[in-house]
Amino acid sequence: MTTRSISGEAHPYMGTSPAPVVAAMLEEIGVEQIDELFEQIPASHRLSRPLELPPPMRAEAELRRHLTEVLSRNDSCADHLSFLGAGCWQHYVPAVCDEIVSRSEFLTPVWGTPASDHGRNQAWFEYASQLGELLALDFVGLPVYSWGCAAGNAFRMAARLTGRGRVLIPRGLDPERAAVIRNYCATPEVRNHIELVPVAYDAGTGRLDLDDLRRKLSDDIAAVYVETPSFLGVIEADAPEIAQLARAAGAETIAGVDPISLGVLAPPGDWGADIAVGTTQPLGVHMSCGGGVGGFIATRDEERYAREYPTLQVSICDTIEPGERTFGVILFEQTSYGSRENGKDWTGNSVYLWAIANAVYMSLMGPQGFGDIGRAILARSHYAARRIGELPGVRVTWPGGFFKEFVVNVDGTGRTVGEINRALRRRRIFGGKDLSTSHPELGQSALYCVTEVHSQADLDRLVEELREVTSG
Amino acid sequence: MKTRVRRYHAAVWDEPVVLELGRPGSRGIEIPPLEPELGELGDAEELVAPSMRREAPPELPELSEPEVLRHYLHLSQETLGMMGVSLFGTCTMKYNPRVNEAVTAEHFVADVHPHQDGETLQGVLEIVHRLEAALCELSGMDRFVFQAGGGADAAYLHACMTRAYFAARGELEQRNEVVTSIQAHPCNAATAATAGFNVVTLPLEEDGYPSLEALRAAVSERTASLMINNPDDMGIYNPDIAEWVDVVHESGGLCFYDHANFNGVMGKIRARELGFDACMFMLHKTFGAPKAGGGPAVGAYGCSEALAAYLPGPLVSFDGDRYRLSDDGRSGIGRVREFLGNVPEIVKAYAWVRAMGGEGIDRASDLSVLANNYMEEKLLRIRGISKSHPRLTAKRLEMTRYSLEQLAADTGVTAVDVQNRMVDFGVDAFWLSHEPWLVPEPFTPEAGEMWSKEDIDYWIAVLEHVCEEAYADPEVVKTAPHRQAVHQLDPRGLDDPDRWATTWRAYRRKQAAAREG
Repeated sequence: MTTRSISGEAHPYMGTSPAPVVAAMLEEIGVEQIDELFEQIPASHRLSRPLELPPPMRAEAELRRHLTEVLSRNDSCADHLSFLGAGCWQHYVPAVCDEIVSRSEFLTPVWGTPASDHGRNQAWFEYASQLGELLALDFVGLPVYSWGCAAGNAFRMAARLTGRGRVLIPRGLDPERAAVIRNYCATPEVRNHIELVPVAYDAGTGRLDLDDLRRKLSDDIAAVYVETPSFLGVIEADAPEIAQLARAAGAETIAGVDPISLGVLAPPGDWGADIAVGTTQPLGVHMSCGGGVGGFIATRDEERYAREYPTLQVSICDTIEPGERTFGVILFEQTSYGSRENGKDWTGNSVYLWAIANAVYMSLMGPQGFGDIGRAILARSHYAARRIGELPGVRVTWPGGFFKEFVVNVDGTGRTVGEINRALRRRRIFGGKDLSTSHPELGQSALYCVTEVHSQADLDRLVEELREVTSG
Repeated sequence: MKTRVRRYHAAVWDEPVVLELGRPGSRGIEIPPLEPELGELGDAEELVAPSMRREAPPELPELSEPEVLRHYLHLSQETLGMMGVSLFGTCTMKYNPRVNEAVTAEHFVADVHPHQDGETLQGVLEIVHRLEAALCELSGMDRFVFQAGGGADAAYLHACMTRAYFAARGELEQRNEVVTSIQAHPCNAATAATAGFNVVTLPLEEDGYPSLEALRAAVSERTASLMINNPDDMGIYNPDIAEWVDVVHESGGLCFYDHANFNGVMGKIRARELGFDACMFMLHKTFGAPKAGGGPAVGAYGCSEALAAYLPGPLVSFDGDRYRLSDDGRSGIGRVREFLGNVPEIVKAYAWVRAMGGEGIDRASDLSVLANNYMEEKLLRIRGISKSHPRLTAKRLEMTRYSLEQLAADTGVTAVDVQNRMVDFGVDAFWLSHEPWLVPEPFTPEAGEMWSKEDIDYWIAVLEHVCEEAYADPEVVKTAPHRQAVHQLDPRGLDDPDRWATTWRAYRRKQAAAREG
């Protein structure tokens, strides 16, 4: 075994690093060298050379400067005008959300007890409670990693609930989300495989093709997955009928929704969804290059659903002091923590800090805020679509019946979306997400996202820049 | 000199549930109003088909902005949250440098969209690329990805990689088993099962790990992968681990090293040199990114060149001048989660590696093992405490599993009771053990490198004080806590469908039913 010289220099992050402290601890144990403490590791397993990593930057000022220098090479949606959505959306994040999630008590700890971390558990309960109000559903789990992961979990819940192995999905589904879902559905060689069957969308409306849905619904379908608004932005006006058709076939209806829309769009619990999934990122979480994503799973508060949740969830409950309330984890035994491979899928670290950001956001917004933001997004996105659709060679594929996102086709300009987006980028604009590879049936099209952060001046500027880069 | 236990008391705000607060008409934030021209477009709700319009507004609280702020500040104060001393074993509680929080809150991280063109993401891609290189050096692996949203998600990523690897070779139907041990984290067994594998779980033998013979008996042409922690969370290192890898490889299986317990062996061993094909590091534990009460987190997954073709996209490459994102969305296993990963946590881990340097990382594992052995020396002097596998005399690594079996037999006070009482002195709950409990009344502290000797001495003094109370006045401990935001949870009804309520709406409905019933 190599004997290494241990530096006596104290490091700001390491409380036991001063040499006299090390000496005192060694003395207490009765050993001379720290290396003696690694006696369990065979010498042949030991790395025989020092780690080859850059030298330490012990001074915070030096580190901050370095990080800032590297990260400043990013362009951001703060210094550019952005119309990117497609799974991660630019909404305003209230300062109070940032203030609360940067509190050390919420930021740094791991778990605690129901009493010692009562406040955090209450915040989690308030996340679930307020999301339940938006969704009109009574049972809400703690969040999962993302919308795609939530959908994957929900498909597996439905397969267990029905004993069936096929799920109908919309053909227009986000390729990013679909790639996640495919992993949750495994491959045909292994047990518990779920077959995904795409249902076409109507080329004229962008909505699910109900005839195709009826053809594909049968007694081996575990669930019908319907998103509203869809990945392509379209509100599924037939969602109640879709849920009825699914129910008649003995299938679960799984709704995919963006909760920012639920001040103006009907909640899934009201139109017949059995399980709702979706994103939590629009509710007070920064995009952070995709680091802000999170997903939720919610259902009616019925035991048959509750017993299939893979997540942890907190319930309001009593303490041993009469009249006092607290919050405790329920249905722990069915998780992987409680039952290893016999649990429901698995659970682990998730995005629980974002649940607190979500709770704060929903409290700030209230019923009026959600109504206002829904109307603002409708008005601004439809204004943008109308004006973009007036440009020569440019067409909005489905000019009505969408929320926040809409498809813009540029076939008539003779240019590709890639060319247009490169030209826009030179003008400090991020154009819509290019759909030409993932949705070739739509031709040269892009998915534009317009939210409450876009002023009329921003939208007018987009239109003028688009006019210039598509003409001449 | 005996360390004095503090006269701590948690904040008690008796804070109502937010849905009980407020009054009609108040609001916490305004949305920018529509410009006149947009306002003249008519009623926005007319843009929604009548079948999909919301009829009644959601019953959310109506509060002013400062009321919302104060409510959640009160909740934060009713959270002990590592404000005292937290030695939560397996989670490696270490310092989360606040400079990293400040940097990742800047617009050049927070306001970046994952679908931006790679040309506009050069800063993020450079950090990803540099961190990948550092983790390759720490593990000997050839590639790393950061998409997995936690350690368990990285284990799932491995199960998906295993599936794809054997599917490509036409062996997946035959190789339908994953071998693990009862001491491996439950996520290994659970993610393998979710991915469609049968799980073979090896029991521990007297040396604290399964024998090589048991492994040989379990491994066959059906074995797809070994998924294992080492050291385990009792601080026991399996000295046969390289032979284990050989046994699995000889039968054609893959080997995955769950490095959840990396803190004690950083700079000491490298997974690839032990023969492993893949490994996982937790950036939110070992690499200084915060726990955040359970994420956002990153399970960094590394593998050999032979497995790299199956990695999920998007992958970052560097041509000496520019960084690129290569990504067709369907390469390798696709995705286990949307996008590149939790980018702020990736930045924080990179920053931690830079602040520590190779020497600092090596030293952190020295100090964490030193602190654990220092604690063990002192804890075993306390009446009622023993350790797992007491006949094993070799020094444990960064954790030791203890038992309060004697204390429970003598006094009726359990490990959970002790946990509940320690929080009365400002000490965060210790880790007990994963299920199943192989050691009765277990507890598992992990000192790590962050805490000072005085912090560790305080933690020990509190535990000693509580054990003394258990012998002198067990009721005080069993009814604890007494100085917290609320009293002990009454678990009755928690798993009763007529009583549980994960939402306020469910609670109100069930309360009303109970009053009528």
